[in-house]
Amino acid sequence: MADKIPVLKERKNFVATRNACKVCSPLGGSVAYKGIKGCVPVIHGGQGCATYIRRYLISHYKEPVDIASSNFSEESTIFGGEGNLSLAIQNVIAQYNPEVVGVCTTCLSETIGDDIGQALRNYKAKNADDASIPEFVYSSTPSYQGSHVDGFHETVAAITKTFATKVEMNDKVNIFPGFISTEDLRMLKSILEDFGIDYIMVPDYSETLDNPVWDTYHRIPDGGTSVEDLKLMGGAKASIEFGPILNRGNLAGRIKNNNLAVTGAEYLEKEFGVKKFTINIPVGITQSDELFQLLSDISGKDVPTKYKMERGRLIDAYADGHKYVFGKKAVVYGEEDLVVAMTGFLDEIGIEVILAASGGNSGILKQKIEECAPVHGKTIEVLSDLDYEKINELCIDMKPDILIGNSKGYYIARELGIPLVRVGFPIHDRMGGSRLKHVAYTGAQELFDKIGNALIEYKQEKSEIGWKYM
Amino acid sequence: MSKFIKDRTPQIVTIGEDQHELACEKKSVAGSVSQRACVFCGSRVVLYPIADALHVVHGPIGCAAYTWDIRGAMSSGPQLHRLSFSTDLREKDVVFGGEKKLYSALTELIEAYKPKAVFVFSTCIVGVIGDDVEAVCRQLTKETGVEVLPVMSEGFKGTKKDGYKAACDALMKLVGTDNEYVPPKYSINILGDFNLAGELWILSEYYKKIGVEIIACLTGDGRVQQVRRSHKASLNVVQCSGSMMHVAREMEKEYGIPYKKVSYFGIEDMSDALYEVAQHFNDPELMANARALVSEEIAKLIPALQPYREKLEGKKAAIYVGGAFKAISLVKALRLLGMKTVVVGSQTGNKDDYNLLSKICDKGTVIVDDSNPNELSDFVKKTGADLFIGGVKERPIAYKLGLGFCDHNHERKEALAGYVGMLNFAKEVYASVCSPVWKFIKR
Repeated sequence: MADKIPVLKERKNFVATRNACKVCSPLGGSVAYKGIKGCVPVIHGGQGCATYIRRYLISHYKEPVDIASSNFSEESTIFGGEGNLSLAIQNVIAQYNPEVVGVCTTCLSETIGDDIGQALRNYKAKNADDASIPEFVYSSTPSYQGSHVDGFHETVAAITKTFATKVEMNDKVNIFPGFISTEDLRMLKSILEDFGIDYIMVPDYSETLDNPVWDTYHRIPDGGTSVEDLKLMGGAKASIEFGPILNRGNLAGRIKNNNLAVTGAEYLEKEFGVKKFTINIPVGITQSDELFQLLSDISGKDVPTKYKMERGRLIDAYADGHKYVFGKKAVVYGEEDLVVAMTGFLDEIGIEVILAASGGNSGILKQKIEECAPVHGKTIEVLSDLDYEKINELCIDMKPDILIGNSKGYYIARELGIPLVRVGFPIHDRMGGSRLKHVAYTGAQELFDKIGNALIEYKQEKSEIGWKYM
Repeated sequence: MSKFIKDRTPQIVTIGEDQHELACEKKSVAGSVSQRACVFCGSRVVLYPIADALHVVHGPIGCAAYTWDIRGAMSSGPQLHRLSFSTDLREKDVVFGGEKKLYSALTELIEAYKPKAVFVFSTCIVGVIGDDVEAVCRQLTKETGVEVLPVMSEGFKGTKKDGYKAACDALMKLVGTDNEYVPPKYSINILGDFNLAGELWILSEYYKKIGVEIIACLTGDGRVQQVRRSHKASLNVVQCSGSMMHVAREMEKEYGIPYKKVSYFGIEDMSDALYEVAQHFNDPELMANARALVSEEIAKLIPALQPYREKLEGKKAAIYVGGAFKAISLVKALRLLGMKTVVVGSQTGNKDDYNLLSKICDKGTVIVDDSNPNELSDFVKKTGADLFIGGVKERPIAYKLGLGFCDHNHERKEALAGYVGMLNFAKEVYASVCSPVWKFIKR
């Protein structure tokens, strides 16, 4: 019989990362670019970067995800990659006729010091007469800095800086939802529409990464936020960003905390005076209330009855199910802002988070967890820059009742014989990862039912009689 | 807007319509959205199934994260290969060099996990910052007594095929290091099977029945010790010729071991694989055993396939896989199900493979090298394919357009090799092509 995946008996810290609880920066950058209408991402690096990232995203979204590569060779590595980048852009234009080309850098192109801004200016200058030249945007996303989430937010900031200009005041609201599911984005859009808010969502990949079936192949999927809209961001009446961390921390591994990193919303506030509101990803009652209050304030409208009812039903469900979850011990892992939001939610339903772990390393995770979890916040073990093997070893000692995080932690839950409730990204071993709901009252409703039922099922299966009633 | 990239025209041929010979073994065109990965990928997938070795990726985190537990390569014993180790280089390491980090990472891991050997994969960045990975490996081999092997797989230094070669180079350093071993009378190595969904176990059962022992499989259900003694085998049987031909040639040169290229997909190729091995040993008993096994299996298989064939007769298939040698077997296997191949291509096929493909396929079949989503979607649409055989990256193209799909890549969960594999293949194709869900999609 086959052995088990080895787990060490002795606990120690390793120099090496063992089963990383993060992926690399250009992946997040590519997802952000997918949220712009007519945009094709180009990864400036080796062919493998684009292909691996596509494969990883396809396995989650179950959608075609086209990302081009500038396909570095030995020559471009030595003499610079501008030639390859411009050939890639030319071929992307020929194949896709994009409205926007979004370039992500990689560890390779950053290390050899390619100047992407200059390369793109050169390309534009050379092709000045060509009317089909798309808009360009680029972001610095080397794999050795931060994680995929840092790449995502760096790219969101780059998109904002590239397109936002000084325009007349308008009635729009900029929404920076962060890296949430396509279903979350769609729910959020309906909420905004129900408040009558004219929004600019950056990014909006709710359609581009979650398409219906097609009669004919769409080289660029429909959907996404248009450049025309992006150009109006500077005149919006407010910006709302989800996530207190985003790319604010000292990105993991950066030589110094240069504090230069700004979020999209910070930039708009600084440059154009667009008022910024930062809230946690709205998971659960407390955090969703903040969102609805904010939308009510901004729109000047009362919260629509539909959402008051959803909230009421959610609290009713909390009452019906509170005993099944109370006092249970959970380990939560994943991207920092998601870990904060999930911990806030679990804290309000009576689950004790014993370990909040992330592969990210902003340096402010602990503080944010304490802020969002009034019951257990102070005692939660909060660990950053962590990998799955470390989480695995900690779990063996901590003996949680449930794991909450993406599908990569399944092997840990399987070994412990406890349930895993899949949230966030990636969900590679189940259908519907992109349809998972996390945000607002309906998101919390789904999470509460799933977590409660997972715990009930566990008890039912272990029981001698397997009762027929809760 | 042109339909496809002009530079790619030589790599596409429609049989009976185009006169040019298919161009192949070229670098991917920048911006083409090739389905290929990189040198590192080639090395990583080939060595990955060696289950008692430590596989350490030296570079920033992406390369290791994307290849964690990536293959369904099964091990009957140790599972060390299913952990993903990385030096996770950060900005300061890139600036000041990663050798020290590599050294301490490896020292700790070797002590903690006690592997039988270590493979250290170089990634793009390592090639640029100039870490002397070979020197670190040499030093650690000396200090720990465990063979620490550098795999020179910097992503930009060629294509996936060059990665296969880098992996083969690393393997060749292990081959021949156990001279104590006394081989059985009739022994072979299996090269280029990765024991996906336990396929190697099916094959070794067949070979055992005809009287031949497998000394080592490179690299499915692989063990370092087996690789060390693999030079004691009388014959190398090479599948997936793209990845392992280099080892086969080197072993022929260094140890005088002949090799045969085979495939285990479909009845014809599977049977040939058994006959060729039996023939090599020139023992009538082996041949008689092989004949008996083949007839017994076929007698079971043909009637079992019949109901699927009835449903699938006349359906059309598109194939896009990693190596073209596999595509050849698939064309034949599909024919056995009454299906016609209308599109066939691969990431890394060579001239011989493509020549053979153009001989065995019908007029109008599109043959393509190093294709991309735009081309593939156009080809399946144009040819009216009912089924797509490919890997993860091709799957959404098929489903989006309402075609059935069969995963013939490293993520497959069903064994597709051998006679039982042929039946599984028929079942999977049937389950996908004949699903009622397609009636909701206009094609």
